[in-house]
Amino acid sequence: MATRTAQPAGTDPAAAASEHLTLDDRIALLRYMLLMRGLEERAMNLYRQGKVPGSFYDGYGQEAVSVGAAFAMAAQDRLCVLHRDLGAHLIRGVTPARILAQYMGREGGITGGRDGNVHFGDFRLGCVGMVSMLPDMMLVATGMAMAFKLRGEARCALTWFGDGSTSRGDFHEAMNWAGVQRLPVIFVLENNQYAYSTPTREQFAVDPVERAQAYGFPGISVDGNDAEAMFEATRAARDRALAGEGPTLLEAVTMRMHGHAAHDDMKYVPKEQVEEWRKKDPIDRLEERLRAAGADTDALREEVRAAIDAGTQDALAMPMPDPATATDRLFYEPADPGEELLTGDGEAPWSGFAGEGS
Amino acid sequence: MATMTYLQAISDGLRQEMREDERVLLMGEDIGVFGGAFKVTDGFLEEFGAARVMDTPLAESGIVGTAVGAAVVGLRPVCEMQFADFISCGFDQLVNVAGKMYYRQGLPVNVTVRLPSGGGFSGGPYHSQNPEAWFMHSPGMKVVAPSTADDAKGLLIAAIRDRNPVVYLEHKHLYRRVKGEVRDGLYETPFTARVARAGSDLTVVAYGAMVHTALEATEDIDGASVEVLDLRSLVPLDEEAILASVRKTSKVLIVDEANETCAAGAQVAALVADRAFEDLDGPVRRVATPDVPIAFSPPLEQALLPSVDRVKEAARELLEY
Repeated sequence: MATRTAQPAGTDPAAAASEHLTLDDRIALLRYMLLMRGLEERAMNLYRQGKVPGSFYDGYGQEAVSVGAAFAMAAQDRLCVLHRDLGAHLIRGVTPARILAQYMGREGGITGGRDGNVHFGDFRLGCVGMVSMLPDMMLVATGMAMAFKLRGEARCALTWFGDGSTSRGDFHEAMNWAGVQRLPVIFVLENNQYAYSTPTREQFAVDPVERAQAYGFPGISVDGNDAEAMFEATRAARDRALAGEGPTLLEAVTMRMHGHAAHDDMKYVPKEQVEEWRKKDPIDRLEERLRAAGADTDALREEVRAAIDAGTQDALAMPMPDPATATDRLFYEPADPGEELLTGDGEAPWSGFAGEGS
Repeated sequence: MATMTYLQAISDGLRQEMREDERVLLMGEDIGVFGGAFKVTDGFLEEFGAARVMDTPLAESGIVGTAVGAAVVGLRPVCEMQFADFISCGFDQLVNVAGKMYYRQGLPVNVTVRLPSGGGFSGGPYHSQNPEAWFMHSPGMKVVAPSTADDAKGLLIAAIRDRNPVVYLEHKHLYRRVKGEVRDGLYETPFTARVARAGSDLTVVAYGAMVHTALEATEDIDGASVEVLDLRSLVPLDEEAILASVRKTSKVLIVDEANETCAAGAQVAALVADRAFEDLDGPVRRVATPDVPIAFSPPLEQALLPSVDRVKEAARELLEY
């Protein structure tokens, strides 16, 4: 059976869900969640103003999943980040201006307008961008972990994916491969109850966290609306990976609080279900704990708002890409920048990495 | 120089590049202990070990997808599909992940995918296909197809060293039929066309096994001087070499072993029609496999694949035009 973590009931309301987090770490977790939500709200406004082409996707209500997990990853680790995981990019060091420019298809966006919305990853910060065939990245993460193991490096790969992804073959191929080769990879299943309009009861007969055991490694169900719990589960999974004990499947149980994309009014979701989950909002929950612990979250909110305002100004000042470049750079040419300029490590703000040189 | 079969030349290229560059890693089904379905990697396990000659789970999407992951963190994987036909199971990873990565994100994917392709020995509908056009139509990967032993080695080394995804088509029917002088040591064959035989009356454009069919078919057609152009690379396509040859001979016959519609030869025909129209003294003609699966039984298969006789007949008609 898969392991299920329980929320600590009746404990000190100010207590952290992980003994590995300092108060500053916990404030950082809240800050990244606020930044993610604020940036997505700002991008949605820009979308309504016609400044964001195409469609718009967000991770409202799921901020703890990407923020908590990415916070546990070291600079030299590698992440495949999906479309409701903006917080992971922020933790790795992508600036608000570049993210907003990405949404608007500007030259200064991470892909320079070559791909849209959340389809990006800055490999100079150790991230690989997603493709729309979502569980594909499970195999890419598995392959990165395979390389780490072959070279004897103490590094780990992590990827997110959704409940719908568990129906695709690449989910199976990646889980099986990682299990057979005991690779240092963490699979974060973001179970937000719906794949577009399809509820999980029409997606699988058995909770996919149970499948991990069949592939030979643990599956752990985590409260996906608790950033600290997500951090702690990921930290422990990473420790397992670095100890040579193989992969872990973490099921982050959460709820998609907005439609699949901006056009989707989500009428297929019962109102009571949304109301129930609203009470478990990950930002409210952490903010409450931190206030009880004495943190000034009003000041934090003010600081985040200012950062988003500044990023918006910078992004709006960036030019659109030059149409004459649309067919350029299909292939890497020997004269292009070498690996040292195309790839690099991300930021790793968790205090536990301090002194590791990462 | 040594005389080698096409298959031995592929093995030689792989082995030498693996000795040269420890980042090169082979991944595939039954390539280690068994040495590969066609024995291309026979003896490799003993020399390089199981980590670099990796017997993978039976999962083509897994092979390509994990190779992409390994490549973006600095390895240079060479994936073997047991038969080219099975790349359909890894198509998504190759086309959507590997092929688009550099354009979208500026991250090169140094993966080579070896596809043992082609028919002629009763392999049937799932062990005979020539899927190169799928990848010509998918931006972001290079596609090469050697016809000689020397090119088989040189194109493979160049493919492994190329930082982009490269689809390398090795024709199964050439594995042991084609022998030739192969240069010693490490060398790269450029992704350009090669004049397999110079001539002045007609150009026959082909690649892979069809180069040999074209050479045999046009060896002696009443003394006509027939040029055979071996494309070697389909992406990039050596347009200047094709146009130069057609401008010289004024007539062109294009041979594909692949199914006719939207095949590599269709692209060559479009190029000639567009840019060499004024130089032509006859219609652009094609010989290809009809648009049906490759049938199993020898008389059916032989009725489908372009034969020496069909190519000869088409060449004769054009010469007389």
